Formats: sequence, structure tokens, C-alpha cells
Amino acid sequence: MIAIVDYKAGNLTSVQLAFRALGCGAEITSDPQVILAADRVVFPGVGAAGSAMRNLTELQLLPVLKAVAARGTPFLGICLGTQILFDFSEEDGGTPTLGLLPGRVPRFQPADRWDKVPQMGWNQVRIVRPHPLLEGIADGSEFYFVHSYYPAPADPALAVGTTDYAGITFASMVGRGNVAATQFHPEKSGRIGLRLLANFIGWKPEGLT
Amino acid sequence: MLTKRIIPCLDVIKRRVTKGVKFQNNVDLGDPIEMAVRYSNEGCDELVVYDITASSERRPIDIEMVREVAQAIRIPFSVGGGIATLEDMSRVLLAGAEKISVNSLAVKNPAIIAEGARAFGAQCIVLGMDPVATADRQRCPSGYEITTRGFRERTGIDAVEWARQAEQHGAGEIVVNSVDADGTRAGFELTITRLIAEAVRIPVVASGGAGCAAHLREAFELAHADAAIVAGMLHTGDFTIRQIKQELHAEGVPVRMIW
Repeated sequence: MIAIVDYKAGNLTSVQLAFRALGCGAEITSDPQVILAADRVVFPGVGAAGSAMRNLTELQLLPVLKAVAARGTPFLGICLGTQILFDFSEEDGGTPTLGLLPGRVPRFQPADRWDKVPQMGWNQVRIVRPHPLLEGIADGSEFYFVHSYYPAPADPALAVGTTDYAGITFASMVGRGNVAATQFHPEKSGRIGLRLLANFIGWKPEGLT
Repeated sequence: MLTKRIIPCLDVIKRRVTKGVKFQNNVDLGDPIEMAVRYSNEGCDELVVYDITASSERRPIDIEMVREVAQAIRIPFSVGGGIATLEDMSRVLLAGAEKISVNSLAVKNPAIIAEGARAFGAQCIVLGMDPVATADRQRCPSGYEITTRGFRERTGIDAVEWARQAEQHGAGEIVVNSVDADGTRAGFELTITRLIAEAVRIPVVASGGAGCAAHLREAFELAHADAAIVAGMLHTGDFTIRQIKQELHAEGVPVRMIW
């Protein structure tokens, strides 16, 4: 069973519908027991880091997320979920976050007046190292993004894919062991996004049983 | 590079896609779900679905249709028509839409923009506006006035001023649908599109008047639109999304070509 973690950060219907389109049941849940028992965990989210951390604290989900990541459960962060995996977000005056991955989450500071914040739309992901979730996906494929902040991993080796926007190149997909995370929305990225999610369903992170 | 979005618009009356000129003489074009799937497969970047009589019939949006669209396609889509309350917005988002479009009702009650942005995030609140050219520079210094209720009512509100206010209220995107260009297929109204793109920092979507790929290029390059809505030129079968994108790509406009 796939658990989609619900922490009142945005609309999770489209994530669930995407898994359903792949013939795979996925439960939207805030229940620590359900998440701990899941075979796979998806940690999505749209919204602001500050309120997201407050909700995760209230729902007592912070230790749960750390536990499933530590025990090797295949884990997929999406958008705000991805940002929260890092140590610190600049959002809401600075928000300490989960710290599962080393790095920070700064805001876009475009020099070009026509680079809008949020970035909204389809942008290319350059594959910087092979990853099981990108199997069958061509380098330079476009995915759908909506975000004002971006992951800046402390260790550049965490980057799986990169994207150019607002004058910088940022890590649009990161991965370490059983944790993979995308700044883009695979559930809204057409067939290519579905392929990534199908890869996630079949993913057996190495060294784990 | 972030690509320019091409967004087909489905105007729906009683579960059928229709197209009129300036909201009149509507003709039946097909089933909204089938058309959404077709355009999505052809490579459109987003979709807009308007339940165009919900507002005038004072009924809630056709939520079952929203649900069916969400099940059928895997790209973002926005929904408009008859959205007056946070409860309406919530229902549409939970049915699987990515964005909510507010128009006439936001003119009447601008606070709904801020409330929606606070509750669901600015990125999913789209302000649709229907400006018309006016000679009344006293009331509308930009030369464009906001109309509501499907162009039927003039408001005396300046279009550029309204765009600025909507941004301040927390709108995540503005769709500029020119009354004068709507349905003409003679090109977007570039002046008002550019005036609004220059006045705000959020994405601006050109709407009304698309008749060929060159019109989209003008909207992107001359009016600084981030996205463009197309309707008649697709619905009649005169063009496909693929054709439009191939032409834009050949002209050097960044568009998503892999799908």
C-alpha cells in the first residue's frame, strides 16, 4: 500500500488520481500507524513551509517521516514535501525543517523582470546522474513546476536532475538511498510524470530488502 | 528554460463544449471529457474549463464534470464559473482541479481572492478579467474597462488598476480575455495584455482572438504573456496543438515538445 501523507498542505487528489491511473491504490492519510505500515510513502504538499511544519508537528508526523525514511521505505517527496526534507527553508522568515537531507531552500531572486515568481509551468529537467525513478525518461524532458523556493542541497552529489530558472541552475530532483524527491509535480506532468510514478511503484532501493 | 504554456479553453453549457462570438450564437462542439483528453494527448500544457452558465443560472459548478476531467487527464487544469465562496473553491480543488478561476464574482467581492489565496495558496487562484476598450479615460486611465457577467455589464473599473489590486489581494495569475478580440480569430488584444503584464509581477495569460500560431508568438514576444489561451482555432479542427507548437518552436519560441 502507498500512503500519501496528508498534513493539510494543499490538494492531494491529483496525486491519488495519478496512482489510480497506474492501477495502484494509494491512501491519503494523516494516521501515523498507516504511514508506518505503508510499503511506500509519498510526501507531497503545496503551500508555505511555516504552516506545513506547524501542521506536521500538531499531527505528530515529524518522527514518523524520519522513521520511514530511516528504515528504508521507498519515499518520494514532491514540491513543498521535497523542500521540507532539507534543513532549513527561507520561507516565512526562516523555517527550520525536517533535516533528512542536508541543505537549504532559498527563494528565487530573478534579475530579469520577466522571470516571474512563482515559476509556473513546464521546464526541462537535465539528468545529472542515473536514477531508477528516471528509467525510460529522456534527458531534458519537461515537467510541471509551481514554486517560489527551490532546493539547494549542501552536497551537490544529492542532485539527480537540474533545472534552469531565474538565472540559476537548481536541483529539481534529488535522491539518496530510499529517499527521492522532486521539486516538480510528476502527478501533473502528463505521460512522463506517470512514468516516474510507475518507476516509483516498482522501485526497490539498493541494499534494502 | 521555462516554456510558454498553450492552454485550450473549453466553454461548457449543459455538459457540451460550445463556442460563440462574444458569448453569443453558441454552437455545439463536443463532449468536454473527450476534448480534454484529445488536447492533452496532443500536448497542450494546461486546460481551462468554464461552466459558463453556472453564474447566470445562480447554481454551483458542475462538480461531477470537474471530477471526470480530473480522472481523465494528467495535466493541470483550472475551473471557472459560479465560484462565489471558499466552499465552492474547496469542492473544485478536492475534485482534482489545480486552479480556480474567479471573474465577475471577484469584482463584486474582491476579498474572495485574498481568502482563497490564504486558504489554498496564491498559485491556485486565477483572476479572469474581461476588459473592453473605452474612450472614458476619466474613469479608466488605461483606456480599458472591466466588464462582467459575460461582457453584459460595464463596471467603470480600470482594467490595469483591477489587475494591480488582484495581485495585491493574492491572485496567482491573471487571464486577460479581451472582449473586443474574443471569437474574432484576428489576434490577441496586445495592448491591454502588455499593459497588464507590465503592471504586475505574476504570470499573465493572453486570451481571446487566437487564430494562428503567429498570434501566440505576438502575445509572448510583444505583450510579454507567459501563456496563451486558444479555443476556436482548435475546436474547428483548423489547427492542432502539435502544429501550433511546431511552428512556434521553429520560430524560436520555447514550447514543450516532448509528450
